[in-house]
Amino acid sequence: MLYREAGQFKTNYIADSAIFPLRQDRIGLGLIIVAAYALAFIGNSFLLQAVMIPFLVFSLASIGLNILTGYTGLLSLGTGAFMGVGAYACYKLMTAFPEVNVIVWILLSGFFSAAIGALFGLPSLRIKGFYLAVATLAAQFFLQWCFIRIPWLVNYNVSGALDAPLRTLFGTPIMGPNATPQTRYLVVLTIVILLTWLASNLVHGRIGRMWIAIRDMDLAAELMGIRPLQTKLLAFAVSSYYCGVAGALLVFLWYGGAEYDVFNINQSFFILFMVIIGGLGSLIGSFFGAALIFILPIVLGIVLPAMLSPFGLSVGADVIEHLRFMIVGALIIFFLIVEPHGLARLWQIGKQKLLVWPFPY
Amino acid sequence: MDILYKVFIEPFVFMGEAPDLLIQTLWEGLVSGVLYALIALGFVLIFKASGVFNFAQGIMVVFAALTLVGLYEKGVPAFLALILAALTMLVLAVVVERVVLRPLVNQPDIILFMATFGLTYFLIGFGELIFGGNPKEMITEALFLPQGTTELDMLGGMVRFQHLDIAAAVIASIMIGLLAVFFSKTRIGRALRAVADSHKAALSVGISLNQIWVIVWFAAGLVALVAGIMWGARSGVSFSLQIIALKALPVLILGGFTSIPGAIIGGLIIGVGEKIGEFYWGPLVGGGVETWLAYVIALLFLLYRPQGLFGEKIIERI
Repeated sequence: MLYREAGQFKTNYIADSAIFPLRQDRIGLGLIIVAAYALAFIGNSFLLQAVMIPFLVFSLASIGLNILTGYTGLLSLGTGAFMGVGAYACYKLMTAFPEVNVIVWILLSGFFSAAIGALFGLPSLRIKGFYLAVATLAAQFFLQWCFIRIPWLVNYNVSGALDAPLRTLFGTPIMGPNATPQTRYLVVLTIVILLTWLASNLVHGRIGRMWIAIRDMDLAAELMGIRPLQTKLLAFAVSSYYCGVAGALLVFLWYGGAEYDVFNINQSFFILFMVIIGGLGSLIGSFFGAALIFILPIVLGIVLPAMLSPFGLSVGADVIEHLRFMIVGALIIFFLIVEPHGLARLWQIGKQKLLVWPFPY
Repeated sequence: MDILYKVFIEPFVFMGEAPDLLIQTLWEGLVSGVLYALIALGFVLIFKASGVFNFAQGIMVVFAALTLVGLYEKGVPAFLALILAALTMLVLAVVVERVVLRPLVNQPDIILFMATFGLTYFLIGFGELIFGGNPKEMITEALFLPQGTTELDMLGGMVRFQHLDIAAAVIASIMIGLLAVFFSKTRIGRALRAVADSHKAALSVGISLNQIWVIVWFAAGLVALVAGIMWGARSGVSFSLQIIALKALPVLILGGFTSIPGAIIGGLIIGVGEKIGEFYWGPLVGGGVETWLAYVIALLFLLYRPQGLFGEKIIERI
């Protein structure tokens, strides 16, 4: 009833090609952002620390991979390593220059992973499809080996781990052991919103069209005057930038310290799940995918014991863990069969149905 | 200059000085190469016939080995357990075809790839639920796999040959030979090759795609079982074997996704290259290069031949 196109007339081309042409969509987006900020003040610290912060961090990484895989059509399995480059660069920068605000370093550290990403993206000009995916595995294993073997990256500390030093913003600690989940959540939320806005502008503009043209058919795009090398490398660089920032946020604002093992191959696969389940080539899909893949296991961990206990089946934590794996696996297959284009397509269909409701068309 | 000497001269001098060590390293590389090739073969079988990049091949190796060892521990005689494990792989093939492949027919490659991820997760959970997550010993004795070592005097030194490694190389070679004969001489083999060439043309001459898919997944399951026994005998049966299975990926891209000889030669190149690189050049950078060297070798090959050594030439049209 409330969700109707009727009465909203576009009088110029800018209004017609807006990302959110419907007033209701714009209001809805505003409400979601306000609610996200309000959550910092009403949510408890478990919700913020264990659910919302990682959800936002993984969403950011998914957006990064989505730019590469969803928009440019280049399959990458090196996401975890690129996240690691961001985290290690951020650590080096903020310990070398402690007087500069840490937010600056978090945002700048992405450029280091962008450079590394572009370097490992070079083979993409000759190699395509699954061959490229395996080539990016070289990046994954090589970079992870570097994280272990180069003690300079962790300032020669004995544990070989990254730790989050105390850093403040306007006098409030936002990083380190004293920072509350609330302030860290607000920082992560703001960074994610800003970068999502930037990504949205990128993919809807000229650059995004170039990426999509390369994805749909690179030979044809080349004939139309799009330079494949520059476009593909730009996609690698932008994607790795997002992954790098996500990696820095992951270590310093969520875990508060981590070892090289956080950036292993499973992390790469994990992000790829989110992108494919959420929907390739969709920014909102990245959020849906992160929500489903990250939050679903948490919910299952809480719900499963409660569901099994009425039948007199009290099962151990390990069995719950195995069941969780099985259910997540089965759900991935189920979702792919029901909607191969991901949750973003389901969302789109839902909105379309709502527009004409209660009529079928 | 010092670094150039260390990289380009010293390892070769060392090779010349101690040829027995070189032979030892080559032998170890060849054995692991054959085993990589065996895992890669499972990928190639499925990719050729159904175009699916089967990520679950690694977990199928673990699952098959776990089933075998798990059944044996429950008191089933070893050879009955072997047959039952093979039957389990058949059931798995039928279920995968019915539940995963058939509803997803005609979807983009990446979606099918993703579905095999789902399968991987499911099998990890299922395997741990039934057999427990603890590492197990492979039942080498009950399967009459030889143990012990032979030491040969050679080139002024001793070279060790593990009997198990010899057996692994022989069995893997027999397996590969059987598959080659199966593919080229039998009726089903011809049907498989027809499907690999063109799904539509195969359908139009009356080949049932569903049946073919069950057969290839079963064949890949059997290959996984053999690979699982061999790897399990070398390094124990646990879920970390899955990481070893990832090593089959550079083997695949080196040889080309669609070529069985490619998988074998790729496996040998990767296996030998990795061992030689680790032994002679690894110490220069602090060791542990084995984790990524295979991928870098494959990457360098790919830059010259993007379709792999024996892959079909990629022809693109607009």
